[in-house]
Amino acid sequence: MPDTEVSKSSSWFAAQCHHATRSGQLRNALADISNGWGHRSLWMTIGLHTIRQTYRRSFIGPFWITISMGVMVAAIGVLYGQIFKIEVREYLPYLAAGFFSWGLISSLVNEGCQTFNGAENLIKQLNAPLSTHAYRVVWSNFLTAMHTIWVFVAVALVFPVAVGWSWLLAVLGIALILLNGLWVALLLGLLSARFRDIPMIVGSIVQVLFFMTPIFWQVDMLPGRSVLLDGNPFYHFVTVVRSPLLGQVPAFEHWIVIFGVTIVGWTLTLLAYTAYRWRIPYWV
Amino acid sequence: MASIRLNKVAVSFPIYDASSRSLKKRLIRTGTGGRIQSQPGSGKVSVVKALDDVSLSFQDGDYVGLIGHNGSGKTTLLRVLAGIYEPSAGTVEIQGHAVPLFDVALGMDQESTGYENIVMRGLFLGLTHQQIKQRVDDIVEFTELGDFLNLPIRTYSAGMRMRLAFAVSTSIVPDILLLDEGIGAGDAAFLEKANKRLDAFTGKAAIIVLASHSEPLVRKICRTCVLMEHGKVLRVGETDAILEYYKDRSGAP
Repeated sequence: MPDTEVSKSSSWFAAQCHHATRSGQLRNALADISNGWGHRSLWMTIGLHTIRQTYRRSFIGPFWITISMGVMVAAIGVLYGQIFKIEVREYLPYLAAGFFSWGLISSLVNEGCQTFNGAENLIKQLNAPLSTHAYRVVWSNFLTAMHTIWVFVAVALVFPVAVGWSWLLAVLGIALILLNGLWVALLLGLLSARFRDIPMIVGSIVQVLFFMTPIFWQVDMLPGRSVLLDGNPFYHFVTVVRSPLLGQVPAFEHWIVIFGVTIVGWTLTLLAYTAYRWRIPYWV
Repeated sequence: MASIRLNKVAVSFPIYDASSRSLKKRLIRTGTGGRIQSQPGSGKVSVVKALDDVSLSFQDGDYVGLIGHNGSGKTTLLRVLAGIYEPSAGTVEIQGHAVPLFDVALGMDQESTGYENIVMRGLFLGLTHQQIKQRVDDIVEFTELGDFLNLPIRTYSAGMRMRLAFAVSTSIVPDILLLDEGIGAGDAAFLEKANKRLDAFTGKAAIIVLASHSEPLVRKICRTCVLMEHGKVLRVGETDAILEYYKDRSGAP
């Protein structure tokens, strides 16, 4: 049996810090992230198989995602349209576009917690870069979102929305969500590997934010701007995808906030990933 | 040119139980930080030293067996060599492409067909789609599964699945091959064939490190042996000498 020894946490911590701050760890972290991109045929295949496994041998398969979101949009659209007294032809496209972007964002955050915990078996047996697993999370959620977009397409066919150049902005918005999803998957995955309560905490926060973010209610229903709205990063991310889909150009402030979140998020993630990436196989 | 150089490598695992992994405990500990500081030594973390002060060096053509009791650090050492565990002390220098083959069926998917699994397994081994395409015929021929390859592998018997996994896993020629026990299973005829393939396969790698309890397997493949105990390297040398020493030590007849 291996030696079991009890050491003071301070010296243990010091040893960890010493290792984490070794020169070259930042270079290793960056190499890990770029090599992960190089393994894209691997994570693309795993991501595809994860989705297929969920819906194996079901007749409709992943389009159940489409159907369940379609039912939700229709039900909420009819009911809340009456409560809020909004025209259905205006409300349904708004809802469908909102749910599409919310679904992508919230599942990225929730599943981001399982980046490394969920891949324990692979991490311990495969010498692929750890970021491979983060790319896989982003990729499989993107694939799922590509199923829910059809709800919006269907709604847009029934209640015509303005089709135009603004849709290109929606593509940019989705790309920004994915770019942020990657650091979220790395950071939350890392934290969740060490502290197993994080996924539960994140889950409840996301649930609350669903009601705090204007998805089924509209911004102009708020009397005056609220810090609860502007301080909610999810609001800005939802808007830069939803507004272009509805033919509007999102205000400049949203892009500024997203730019800030991207920079701060990636900086934090690189710091954490540099210091603790090497511990992940020990933690999972 | 493949080479492995380990210098004073140590790997230690912190033992977190459910409570020390929870944030609650962490936060409370922070909240009562003053008290703990006034009682030095009360905040303790158990650490298992899985590897301690391991220095080894292998070159092209070294076929190395890792032997030792359960828990002597063989698997941990293989994971360090694969680059999965980054040691907490010491340095690891590895030149060449290392392929860990711990679980030959890693990445196989029950619902996918045999052909799809060949691709999956190949990707897990670090091959590109192009390289897999080149090898498919060879793999298919070796499995002798024929039309079964068009069926999902959940319809396969355990032996058939093993054939498939084995065929794909041995279709690559890595610079450094890392093996962990029990490779090879199936019926007698297949075993014969598998042995031949394993011979050809192992003959091509530049460096092989095999962790095993099977004396015949170690004797067959390895020229050098490393005897490990309690995470330390006890002895390195010729296979026969080391196996002899190991037997004497553990008191076996």
